[in-house]
Amino acid sequence: MNLHEFLTPPTELAQRSGPGDKIVMSSRVRLARNIVGFSFPGWAKKADRQRACEKLRAAVEGVPAMKDGFAESLEALTALDKQVLVERHLISREHAAKGAGSALILSRDESLCVMVNEEDHLRMQALLPGLQLREAWLTIDRLDSDLEQVLDYAFSRDLGYLTACPTNLGTGIRVSAMLHLPALVLDEQITQIIQAVNKLGLAVRGLYGEGTEALGNVFQVSNQMTLGESEAEIVERLNKVVAQIIEHEENARGRLLEKRPKVVFNHIGRAYGILANAHSVSSKEAINLLSLLRLGLDLGTLPGVSRMLVDELSMLTQPAHLQLRHSEKLSAEERDILRADMLREALRSVHRPVVPPAPPALDKPPTA
Amino acid sequence: MLCMICQKNEATVHLTDVKDGKLKKVDVCASCAKAKGLDDPTGFALADLLMGLGASEEVAASAPEGEELACPACGFTQADFKKAGRLGCPECYQTFGEGLAGVLKTMHKGTRHMGKVPRGLKLGREVQERIQTMQRRLDEAIAVENYEEAARLRDQIKALKEDPSTVVTGGTP
Ligand SMILES: [Zn+2]
Ligand SMILES: [Zn+2]
Repeated sequence: MNLHEFLTPPTELAQRSGPGDKIVMSSRVRLARNIVGFSFPGWAKKADRQRACEKLRAAVEGVPAMKDGFAESLEALTALDKQVLVERHLISREHAAKGAGSALILSRDESLCVMVNEEDHLRMQALLPGLQLREAWLTIDRLDSDLEQVLDYAFSRDLGYLTACPTNLGTGIRVSAMLHLPALVLDEQITQIIQAVNKLGLAVRGLYGEGTEALGNVFQVSNQMTLGESEAEIVERLNKVVAQIIEHEENARGRLLEKRPKVVFNHIGRAYGILANAHSVSSKEAINLLSLLRLGLDLGTLPGVSRMLVDELSMLTQPAHLQLRHSEKLSAEERDILRADMLREALRSVHRPVVPPAPPALDKPPTA
Repeated sequence: MLCMICQKNEATVHLTDVKDGKLKKVDVCASCAKAKGLDDPTGFALADLLMGLGASEEVAASAPEGEELACPACGFTQADFKKAGRLGCPECYQTFGEGLAGVLKTMHKGTRHMGKVPRGLKLGREVQERIQTMQRRLDEAIAVENYEEAARLRDQIKALKEDPSTVVTGGTP
């Protein structure tokens, strides 16, 4: 089975939901692991790296959670395949650049993904919709426990799991949540929030595009420290901080609706206007406008429209996903035109945004 | 807050950096971040930056004058470390451990692992047997309402589960 036959279609993917997914788009926990007797991938000789890869791949494919999964060497994947995987947050850009001696294993539902010979021998992640950090940790913990029975992990009592980079030492854990925070951006509070979160030792990054500019108002919050704290403590700390950010975003939405409703409705209306009528839309523009449309949905300006439509379009309008639907190689200009065609078509039956009847009171931000 | 590099744009990227073994916040604008390669969303560029600054100096300082420290298992040297910002193999932590200690302190919450331990290491057969014995004594103590003893045993079991190495020096069962 090839990758595209295996991957869940975007329509189906957009239907997956989780608790709090209005603001928390996904939760992810990643573990870094290495095995004894082999150099780290970045330093290993090619033959050794391939030997390690075979061993690791066999071990991961043999775990029950990977039954009916997808496993492939990075060298057997095309550049387009790899970019699709990056757009779906299944592999890192760094891993996408790898070839022979590196591999990828995906579980049937794509909630588990293991990168073999990325920066470490194993980088395994659990990716779940909505706010499910604890569940993601338990899921990846189980996979890790299954693997430790067949692999000899490099582990020290004092330093924990030994990783190629000392920044991942100890638990090797990276817990992260992807948050949609349009009101905090519109209300210009986001910088303050980011600074406050940074002070707690957590990192905040823009997710799409060039990483630091937060395209589509999507931010990724994650732990930076991996040593000196247990996994559960790290997960809980992140949970707490994410809950606070959600509250700030909800409050900002309520406040904007009360104090500056015209500003909000203007943004949403213009976003709809362009998406439903333009004949050329870049990927960046699409991400930003779809974010505003998503906000419009949350605020009740688009009655009868499902958030799934916006989520599906957010995925389908990304460059590799767009290219997938066309057999001939597209230039950026051609993509922008086809993207606009797709958006106009998808929004043909969506009525223009309305101003919702009664704006909710300031002390009671909408929770539905 | 202004960008630390250009002093012109608003800083929108906030990272933690280690320089001379000290923790430092870096606040830069998006374009400077991009220029300095700090914008990789997968988060590996930060590690490069970290290791390129503080760690390599610390490691170098720990080596005896005139001879270059190399990992006996993989041949990795300090020069390689300085260049790559990564270690060569798990054994490298033994070789370069002393020099890394200072950096780990600034980089992490602590310098000792507090998390998961592979089961094979965590509960060897001896440890499991010892815990079972203690659990039985704990149950007995509770049955006769000897709560002082029960509390002591409970703490011991907890310590043993957290750090099985205590069994080695742990006295009689
Ligand atoms: Zn700047
Ligand atoms: Zn080594």
